[in-house]
Amino acid sequence: MKPARFEKIIIDPITRLEGHGKIIVVLDENKNVIKAYLQIPELRGFEKFLEGRMAEDANIITPRICGVCPTAHHMASTKALDDLFHAEPPPAAKKIRELVYNIFMLEDHALHFYVLAGPDFIVEPTAPKEERNILGVLKKVGDLGLKIISVRRKLRLINEEIMGKVVHPTFGRPGGISKPLSEDVVKELKEIIDQALWLAVTTENVFKKIIETNNEVAKYLKSDIYREETYYMGIVDDKNRLNFYDGKIRIVDPKGREVAKFDAHDYLNYIAEHVEPWTYVKFPYFKTIGWRGFKDGIDSGVLCVAPLARLNVSDSMPTPRAQEAFEEMIKFMGEKPVHYTLAMHWARAIEMIYSAERIKELLEDPDILSKEVLNIPTKTPGPIGIGAVEAPRGTLIHHYESDERGILTKVNLLVATQFNAARISLDIDKAAKMFVRGTEISEGMLNMVEIAFRAYDPCFACATHAWPGGLKLVVEFYDSKGGYLGKKYLDANFTTACNIN
Amino acid sequence: MSSEYEPKVLMFTCNWCSYAAADLAGTSRMKTPHNIRIVRVMCSGRVDPQFIIEAFAQGADGVIVSGCHPGDCHYMEGNYKALRRMLLLRKLLGQLGIEPERLRLEWISASEARKFVEITTDTAEKLRKLGPLKPRLDYVRKIMEEVVK
Amino acid sequence: MSPKVRVALYWLASCGGCEESQVDAISDKIDIISNLEIVFWPVAMDFKKEDVEKLPDESIDVAIINGGVRFKEHVEMVKLLRRKSKIVIAYGSCASWGGIPGLANLYDINEVLSKVYSEVPTLQEKGVMPRPKSVTNEGMEIELTEVLPMLLPLDAVIDVDYYIPGCPPTPETFLKALETLLSGNLPPRKSVIGASTRALCEECPLNKTKPDKVLIKEIRRIYNTKIDPSKCLLVQGIPCLGPVTRGGCNAKCPRVGSPCIGCYGPLDKHIDYGAKAISFIASILDLNDENEIKKALDNGIPDPAGLIYKFTLPASRLKVNLKRGEHK
Repeated sequence: MKPARFEKIIIDPITRLEGHGKIIVVLDENKNVIKAYLQIPELRGFEKFLEGRMAEDANIITPRICGVCPTAHHMASTKALDDLFHAEPPPAAKKIRELVYNIFMLEDHALHFYVLAGPDFIVEPTAPKEERNILGVLKKVGDLGLKIISVRRKLRLINEEIMGKVVHPTFGRPGGISKPLSEDVVKELKEIIDQALWLAVTTENVFKKIIETNNEVAKYLKSDIYREETYYMGIVDDKNRLNFYDGKIRIVDPKGREVAKFDAHDYLNYIAEHVEPWTYVKFPYFKTIGWRGFKDGIDSGVLCVAPLARLNVSDSMPTPRAQEAFEEMIKFMGEKPVHYTLAMHWARAIEMIYSAERIKELLEDPDILSKEVLNIPTKTPGPIGIGAVEAPRGTLIHHYESDERGILTKVNLLVATQFNAARISLDIDKAAKMFVRGTEISEGMLNMVEIAFRAYDPCFACATHAWPGGLKLVVEFYDSKGGYLGKKYLDANFTTACNIN
Repeated sequence: MSSEYEPKVLMFTCNWCSYAAADLAGTSRMKTPHNIRIVRVMCSGRVDPQFIIEAFAQGADGVIVSGCHPGDCHYMEGNYKALRRMLLLRKLLGQLGIEPERLRLEWISASEARKFVEITTDTAEKLRKLGPLKPRLDYVRKIMEEVVK
Repeated sequence: MSPKVRVALYWLASCGGCEESQVDAISDKIDIISNLEIVFWPVAMDFKKEDVEKLPDESIDVAIINGGVRFKEHVEMVKLLRRKSKIVIAYGSCASWGGIPGLANLYDINEVLSKVYSEVPTLQEKGVMPRPKSVTNEGMEIELTEVLPMLLPLDAVIDVDYYIPGCPPTPETFLKALETLLSGNLPPRKSVIGASTRALCEECPLNKTKPDKVLIKEIRRIYNTKIDPSKCLLVQGIPCLGPVTRGGCNAKCPRVGSPCIGCYGPLDKHIDYGAKAISFIASILDLNDENEIKKALDNGIPDPAGLIYKFTLPASRLKVNLKRGEHK
């Protein structure tokens, strides 16, 4: 009697997001999905090699964690350094930092919406793979696409003027920033701010239009397949309104009730990490509940961060147009917290609107032209400095410890996407169980699994994403004891090699 | 093992002072350790930190840089430059796992043949105790060869 | 009508900054894409390893690889790409010299793993570590690629034809390098392309305030120095690495009052970037007394390796912290 055989389908690589991820889908002999795993083979060891470094080098080194959101790391790091060196930045410096930060949030969200995720819903998730990419998006939206690329580029150039470099900024200092704003750059910003707001509102309209046209994405927007009832976390101001740059970290439970609201300094009371041996990414969770495994619900410590989570923990938006958009989304989705993963895209567009409005507000503040942008630290540094911001992909915490010379002795980093790692696993597992079935596993089916992943806009993004091509798969065969039997390659049609004798 | 190990020492000597001292030690038939390989430079200020790092990378167990006493440099400032470089380099080498004692900076004038002998003898002895550097370099080389296979 | 250039792009242990900068370059010059036929780009296209394996050897015109070699699977991939490509380019500081992830070479890899998976305060259950083979809760055996004991630059694993420097290479550098490659007039192999052959000072806006002989009595750290962003940073006591670093980035950092940290790497004749930086810093310090020098260095440069080897440690002559190589 032949032993039962398991089949593994490995989606490698997953596309239009974090580079080296793999999704491993395990099927039993009846072709039912037993489980899908997300594996991340990435490790560089920043927490270790920052030890022994001058603390002020941290905001230069940590942006190299991510070249897509380097500004987030630079900002969290600089705030941790403010803390470590006991230097309070002057009000103008904080405003300039927040200004630059919102420009960054806006252009980064735009990148994800159009280039990474866009092909799935602007074109179609099961469209031919040749169309399902940025070229397909540009074809569908025409010159609009070129204008979007151009506005985004202009915003990045402006930020580069202020921060030194747009990839790996260098202007933050403990106690402020290195140099005041020039009148020229403020003028440039004022000239482009309407285009920035246009970009944000257009993005919201694009998404709303897609829902109206009732295509595949709209169908799944309110489906239980892409739904997890987890805890949500994000930074809010003292009125429980969204703020990317500063505030308190708030956690709400799956019913929307506040269960924690704390200063970043107290994060260790609320956040812990779990390790699995089959992946390099760690899984942070809500410590008060504890790690109960890969499941959602009020009894599981699995957290969610990033746009949808931020909107879920906010009572309102601080700016008017964003508030309108926020109310509209909540009403349409019919619940708060919104648990439907694909609403992440909508939330992202709403955050773009908030960013644009916030930039406009800050531009009107005469303080941003102040020359008082740095309070040089005078006290002995250390022992601890902690800073947190909302990165595009979620809450980001930098924790530094140093000696009295300001040399780092210990570092801990909780990096945005990590907080979503467990929930992403839940989503792809569910999607795999729903979509991957039968003797013919189509490429479109597998893309529906990837859609679950993309909504979170995981850490890495590469803008010229999605070019034509079919998914090629490796199918590995195992016996019921997990012993390896061999592998087969599927061709572009995926109709062969799925029959197991 | 340590009784078989004889340290390899590279010694940069400046032409005007230290090399002359080495020469004098030789002609005076003073007993100098055989571990020392001498490289004559015009001035201790000529010694580029790249030479020293290269020496260690190629298996030197110790390096001595020797020049004129402060104030006596044939080129006025050269030995001060050497002093600053060696102090900073020693700090760096410490971070790379190379014990600071492996890099010496000494002032030896042309007539100080005895000092030359004392320093070289003392260096050889200290390095014998510290042990060879090569096994650590070999370990790294092995890793790299494994990777490329 | 010249044929399109067949390009493969791949990334190793990278942050994605190189890709972002490439996108900025394309945003600035959108028609560049029409010259290229991209045949492999896992981050963006769905071709797999076996598609590359099926290609005839040397049928890819240019393979552009960024990131440092950190995992076993990186080694396999780059060897494959080398076989299949006429030209291989190390793109960015990580591929060229190891980059910032190269700082991990200051520690033994087990120390790194221990810190990340066992020691940081957020970990509650200690003892679980990523493993090459493990069994999940559901009983499935899963393989995970192994991390290498040290981080390597690309040329430690395969033969590299050209280097494009920077962290990341600026859009201008990328476009300039592409222009060179597409021109048909290839420079000598192993050249650095897209950047300058002169030190950064030449293109720095603060150069006018730099005297011929820079002499300082004190080395300062940026966190407690009131820096005048309109004056040469060296003169203000800040160790800026411009004089020993290749130009080509338009001095973006000094433009906002930040010192050059050396991301465009060494100039052509340098053997070891860090050693050159040491030589240079020592030469501007105007102190002759040993104790005064020691004090100035302890105050101003408490972390020499961090200051000078941020991007180039794996490509330096010593490559790692040799303390960890000690074994019986």
